[in-house]
Amino acid sequence: MSNMFNSMIEWIDKRFPLTSNWKAHLSEYYAPKNFNFWYFFGSLALLVLVNQLLTGIFLTMNYKPDASQAFASVEYIMRDVEYGWLIRYMHSTGASMFFVVVYLHMFRGMMYGSYRKPRELLWLVGMCIFFVLMSLAFTGYILPWGQMSYWGAQVIVSMFGAIPAIGDTLQQWLLGDFTLSDAALNRFFAYHVVTLPLVLLVLVFVHILALHETGSNNPDGIEIKENKNPSTGIPVDGIPFHPYYTVKDIVGVVVFLFVFCGIIFFAPEMGGYFLEYNNFIPANTLQTPDHIAPVWYFTPYYSMLRAVTVNFLGIDAKLWGVILMAGSVVIFCFLPWLDRSPVKSIRYKGPYFKIALTLFVISFFVLGWLGTKSPTPMYTLLAQIFTVIYFAFFILMPWYSKIDKTKPEPKRLQE
Amino acid sequence: MMKLTIALLILCMVPFGNANAAESDVPLDRAPVDITDNASLQRGAETFVNYCLTCHGASYMRYNRHRDIGLSNEEVLDKLVFTGQKVGDLMLSAMRKKEGQEWFGVVPPDLSVIARSRGADWLYTYLRAFYRDDATSTGWNNFVFDRVAMPHVLYQFQGEQRLVVKGDQKSLMLDKPGQMTTADYDKFVGDLVNYLVYLGEPHANARIELGTKVMIFLLFMFALSYVLKKEYWRDIH
Repeated sequence: MSNMFNSMIEWIDKRFPLTSNWKAHLSEYYAPKNFNFWYFFGSLALLVLVNQLLTGIFLTMNYKPDASQAFASVEYIMRDVEYGWLIRYMHSTGASMFFVVVYLHMFRGMMYGSYRKPRELLWLVGMCIFFVLMSLAFTGYILPWGQMSYWGAQVIVSMFGAIPAIGDTLQQWLLGDFTLSDAALNRFFAYHVVTLPLVLLVLVFVHILALHETGSNNPDGIEIKENKNPSTGIPVDGIPFHPYYTVKDIVGVVVFLFVFCGIIFFAPEMGGYFLEYNNFIPANTLQTPDHIAPVWYFTPYYSMLRAVTVNFLGIDAKLWGVILMAGSVVIFCFLPWLDRSPVKSIRYKGPYFKIALTLFVISFFVLGWLGTKSPTPMYTLLAQIFTVIYFAFFILMPWYSKIDKTKPEPKRLQE
Repeated sequence: MMKLTIALLILCMVPFGNANAAESDVPLDRAPVDITDNASLQRGAETFVNYCLTCHGASYMRYNRHRDIGLSNEEVLDKLVFTGQKVGDLMLSAMRKKEGQEWFGVVPPDLSVIARSRGADWLYTYLRAFYRDDATSTGWNNFVFDRVAMPHVLYQFQGEQRLVVKGDQKSLMLDKPGQMTTADYDKFVGDLVNYLVYLGEPHANARIELGTKVMIFLLFMFALSYVLKKEYWRDIH
């Protein structure tokens, strides 16, 4: 039996690099042996991606991208399609959980300096994945054609209209109409189910290729490839990804599924954060809701969009909001070059970086919370203060990371 | 340090409570919701088809879906269908949209998922908060929905309430009692709201039932995967 299996593998290997790829990416891909809690979120993001693709296919079979039928077709899925409610909740919960794991994955990178040389491209590809993910979330949220779908999209689309000179034309070109309508719903559906998933898959593939070229970073932020066993050429502190990290990631997957299924089965609306209450009202083009709030994962940026209330430097307040909002996401791309610290990991960085990162996380949460609220003068002032802190984390980084009192990095992995 | 960071992250999630629920200035009464109580749901369903379905549709819901709450197709046809519709038909309103627009100035909203957008407590309070107001076109107003277009359809049961204003304090007082006592009317509305909650998500009971099994399976999987990991990792460190 095993003889037959071996000859079959041999047959394939002559025609396709099966064994060599298996070795290069799994059984002989050496990963640092000290991965901790934070290193689960890469594989979990992959799991959620598969979940979104599979459930998405089944939703597409029953959903109707038509402004007059979209809302009803979602309810048809929820009521009349066998296990449609489960598929839909898996997809809607998956969207939010995608952002949860990706935010934690990014935070891991920021803590341990995973964006630093030689992983700048890996980080940039990751940022591209994040942009595509945001576009997917936005186009997907429009599809149920509820009040929040419609008016949330209206807010986002009007941001393009704020661009000087070309704004209005650009907005019409994007919408295929003068207002958000059936034409826009159709094209956003096309982006959501074809264009963006294809781009996302390619980017994820490239992300993993880039990772396996440089090798994984680790909580100590030192390169395990610099310390190889002279006789085998294998990093002394490295262990094969398979089986060690495959079995470890399975534990992570089960724990994650516990949370994921807990939400799907016992709190699919997640208190109005994963499925907004107002989105159970069909889109009404004539009735603007009193309070428009995006889904939780966009609220920090939404706060920054609303934070600017005065025109200055000859630029309109609304355009400033758009610039800040775009800037708040794009600025992550510059991290590899903003960080001037001699060490990568937070374990050896000094107090300035630790304080800065803590303030950044606090500002992210506060801005996120403010984004769910109707603006009051007090809230707007808070949003302005925390927007400044958010940007200060990045803009002042070349300075504080350089003068910070770091500890010496060890030669070998600790733990 | 690591544990502290995780604890802090979890703490940060706490203020994210139930924030953007249907907001109301009026304190809401707690609705007696229990979607496993079939008797209550069946009473609510009968009230719904008798008093709501005339103007409002529940147009995403099929009549035969009521098997969830213990009604056979024959019972559904007998108790819930009056307009000669088939048992697999959607629960459409008898009133045309155009008529609604003409009579009330607004098309009465579809009620299929009303409990998911408004919340049970809001509906429960709203249906008990109508009062006489000569300033409106219907002669009725509502304490939680000012100048609502709908008149008090259930007034024969509740009776007529009056708004009492004392300084800043506003409250409702029963002027003319209806056919039911206040306690009976509350129970009557409670059943209706319970039904609306069911109507919003007919599979909610199935969801919780399946969820419990899935969680038990995952507990078992966790033990298995954890032991597997331990076994493999014995030779590392």
